[in-house]
Amino acid sequence: MQELRIHGRGGQGSVTAAELIAVAAFEGGKYVQAFPAFGVERRGAPVQAFVRFSDRPIRLRSQVYEPDFVIVQDPSLIRDVDVFKGMEAGGIAIINTERPIEHPVPAGVRVLTIDATTIALETLGLPITNTALMGAFAAATGMVSFETLVDALRHRFSGSLAEKNIETTRRAYDVMKAAAEAT
Amino acid sequence: MALEIMEGSIAVAQAVRRCRPQVVSAYPITPQTHIVEALAEIVANGELAADYITVESEFSALSACVGAVAAGSRAYSATTSQGLALMFEVCFNMAGMRLPLVMTIANRALGAPLSIWNDQQDSISLRDAGWLQLYAEDNQEAVDLHYIGYKVAEDHRVLLPAMVCFDGFILSHTYEPVNMLSQEEVDAFLPPFVPKYRLDAASPVSMGMYATPDYYLEFRYETDQAQKRALEVLREVGKEFGERFGRDYSELVESYQMEDAETALVAMGSICGTTKDAIDEMRTEGKKVGLVRLRSFRPFPSEDLKAALAGVTRVAVLDKNITLGAGGATARGAVALEVRDALYGSTIPVLDYIIGLGGRDVRIEDIKKVVALCEAGEGDRFYGLRTEVL
Repeated sequence: MQELRIHGRGGQGSVTAAELIAVAAFEGGKYVQAFPAFGVERRGAPVQAFVRFSDRPIRLRSQVYEPDFVIVQDPSLIRDVDVFKGMEAGGIAIINTERPIEHPVPAGVRVLTIDATTIALETLGLPITNTALMGAFAAATGMVSFETLVDALRHRFSGSLAEKNIETTRRAYDVMKAAAEAT
Repeated sequence: MALEIMEGSIAVAQAVRRCRPQVVSAYPITPQTHIVEALAEIVANGELAADYITVESEFSALSACVGAVAAGSRAYSATTSQGLALMFEVCFNMAGMRLPLVMTIANRALGAPLSIWNDQQDSISLRDAGWLQLYAEDNQEAVDLHYIGYKVAEDHRVLLPAMVCFDGFILSHTYEPVNMLSQEEVDAFLPPFVPKYRLDAASPVSMGMYATPDYYLEFRYETDQAQKRALEVLREVGKEFGERFGRDYSELVESYQMEDAETALVAMGSICGTTKDAIDEMRTEGKKVGLVRLRSFRPFPSEDLKAALAGVTRVAVLDKNITLGAGGATARGAVALEVRDALYGSTIPVLDYIIGLGGRDVRIEDIKKVVALCEAGEGDRFYGLRTEVL
């Protein structure tokens, strides 16, 4: 079983990202479970959402403490929250930032950064980075395919909103694919 | 078996739609809200031919259901925590009037202090109201128990309302795969409600009359008898469900890794999933541990539980509730009291652990620690107390 923890702030769509990644991974043939850290929906407050992936039905109901993957939607969170907590060697952290990460990182954890805010502003006209980071997650980890993410987005959104988010996801996917292959 | 992925609350709302209630009345409350929002949309979209009665409180919501069922309709409601507490009086009336209903409980702690998070204190506190109480381990079971719940509740041998309990947030807000039966499959399994008695101006009856001391005791006896008959009806309907759809619910207690178990855990609800994973890990470490999961708390399957626990060395009960003041100097939850009652006369020690109250997360290592405590003979206490804040 593999586990993903998404860090964001209330209103950034972390829970939606977890749901869409789970829907995509399920379509890709995996058993999945997606859920939020309960009860902290205040706008702007640090929030977390989780996804589990497995080849077998998932029975475990505790929160995620030792994630294989972490997505950080807002770089300012790194000051407030230990976003790398519980990560071990081989883990992958995907961070939305335009600057290098100066915070200490656990040994063996691969940190991949992407300027998702700029991508979202250019495609959506809003600094909502969740769908960009879904694309980055797919490119960096291979846990979901780009195609299944597109299906999940079309299922959730309709019309131009769907198309804009698909474009956001695609651009971030391409950027991260190139970055991941370069490192 | 085709699986779809959706949030637990949405899966429950879709299952309720397939049960074709004619009246829905509920008041939104976290973490039940997504269920009733989804049902309001389903009714507004014309996907369910029901009257959706909006009300100002849970007391009125369940009262509307009492009237609807008394008039011969299939009705539905959902609530949790303080909302269920506000229904207290109506709950007793509904069971005493022998009006069948399914009500979803998205289990949540009761205040004070205010907590929106999960435990099972809310439904447990309605233990003596006369309702059937079924507890789901996962969203598939939560969905299926709605179909089964209506069929059992409306059976003329039972005629009692039923709570389908699933853990708030832990299940209600989780996306996971479920198999949704088609409308045709549900229609074949669950025929329309046929009331034994109903309010009808052409053939008047009175319901909910007062009973003098000459009659009240007999009413309570008959309600208790209906609970006892529900044990067999639950098994029968659960078996039929399994034969039709491949998911068997004929057992009111589920035994997991119990064949040679020395330590048996007993629990209900979603904590059982984590417990099963913990048991698998402990088994690889050579520990003979198993789980007996209760699917039905009311009626309580005492004989089934006794049979499942025969031969174990010790029992550890995980209680997501606390019966405050019970147990003398020690702590007791409602499940442990039932387990001790079922095992009365045996020498098997039953140790209780009050765990996961108010949303405190329960991890695999917590279950392992409970087993270690039980093996050391230490129990009947709160588990995981933060003594530094006491």
